Amino acid sequence: MASLDDLKKRIASVKSTQKITKAMKMVAAAKLRKAQESAEKGRPYSEKMNNVILNLSSGISDKENAPKLLSGTGNDKVHLCVVMTSDRGLCGGFNSNIIKKAKSYFSKILSNGKELKIITVGSKGNDQLKRIYGDKIIENISFKESKNANYFDADKVGKIVIDKFESSEFDICTIFYNQFKNVITQIPQAQQIVPLNSEDSEDNTSEESYEFEPDEDEILSNLLPKNISTQIFKAMLENSASEQGSRMSAMDNATRNAGEMVDKLTIQYNRSRQAAITKELIEIISGAESL
Amino acid sequence: MSEEFKIEIVNPEKSFLVKDDVSEVVVPAYEGEMGILKDHISIISFLKPGIIKILSKSGNESYYIEDGIVEFKNNNLSILTSSIFNIADMDKSKQQDLLKQAEEESGKEEISDQSRYIIDQKIEVLKTIN
Repeated sequence: MASLDDLKKRIASVKSTQKITKAMKMVAAAKLRKAQESAEKGRPYSEKMNNVILNLSSGISDKENAPKLLSGTGNDKVHLCVVMTSDRGLCGGFNSNIIKKAKSYFSKILSNGKELKIITVGSKGNDQLKRIYGDKIIENISFKESKNANYFDADKVGKIVIDKFESSEFDICTIFYNQFKNVITQIPQAQQIVPLNSEDSEDNTSEESYEFEPDEDEILSNLLPKNISTQIFKAMLENSASEQGSRMSAMDNATRNAGEMVDKLTIQYNRSRQAAITKELIEIISGAESL
Repeated sequence: MSEEFKIEIVNPEKSFLVKDDVSEVVVPAYEGEMGILKDHISIISFLKPGIIKILSKSGNESYYIEDGIVEFKNNNLSILTSSIFNIADMDKSKQQDLLKQAEEESGKEEISDQSRYIIDQKIEVLKTIN
């Protein structure tokens, strides 16, 4: 049995841990609100972009000569996976969920005899993947310096993807991120961005014909690279909201667990204190009796 | 009937501007400036660097943009852009910064003709803002 002093020290240490987790929870809650707000504000842009592209691709005259970013290279040999994770830990299952999803996808690709290339965004994903897929990771990008997800960063990632596509280093590109549903639930997503998967968003293709200036092909070839950056930006926004939500609930759990532990330790402490008192009393009484 | 329509400008971070009493918008489309009035035919076009002029009841506004897409449909004009600045808020130093940036870029050798054209446009437009 631990001595009274030891118990006291443990209670103190658990209490200070609880303070830290509580503070982290508060910080995450404040950041979550911001991240959620910007995720919501960013939605119209990507939605509109999607709409325009849908309208364009339905109006395109010559399917054979459609831009490669839309129709694909015709092969599916080399897969590029962009795995987007956070730069910081202590956020529950946030990173592991993405990694798990990505890993199952990877093994599927590899067992089909396809080639795999990985770009990791965020250092945590790189840490977890480099052990098994170290030789497959071709690029590791991290935005530790920038506080919030911003379009500039997303554009950087997008440019890398497009460059690699233009030098035909891959055929199919998929991004992995967590979609923010609510504070407790984040859904890991795999979204194919090259070639554009138009089946995902079947509705709202209007029948109305547009006038294009210049012609469809030219607009599309200008628009598609932008769309990739936009999709990555959307993923980044969703990710940052998910990260904060996940961290908040993880820290909430930790705080509660610490509370339970303090209660248990306090009971143990009181019991052993009383046991010591009782023992002393017995010793005094039996000493007096023997006289 | 009023001669007004709705405009919405969005950038990746947020909805930048929403107005529903606009009478005319002039956008720098890729093949030349284009004025859009109410009941314009549905159109999609993309923009080169230039100035968007918005004429409305509540006052006229001008914005400098570097790229973008316009979509006009059912008297709704949507402009998607990743870089937009209100000219009224733009002071000399900001303009000089952008100009310097563009000039630096045009000094590079390896850029394609198309991006060179766009950068030249940028420089030209920036020089006119004052």
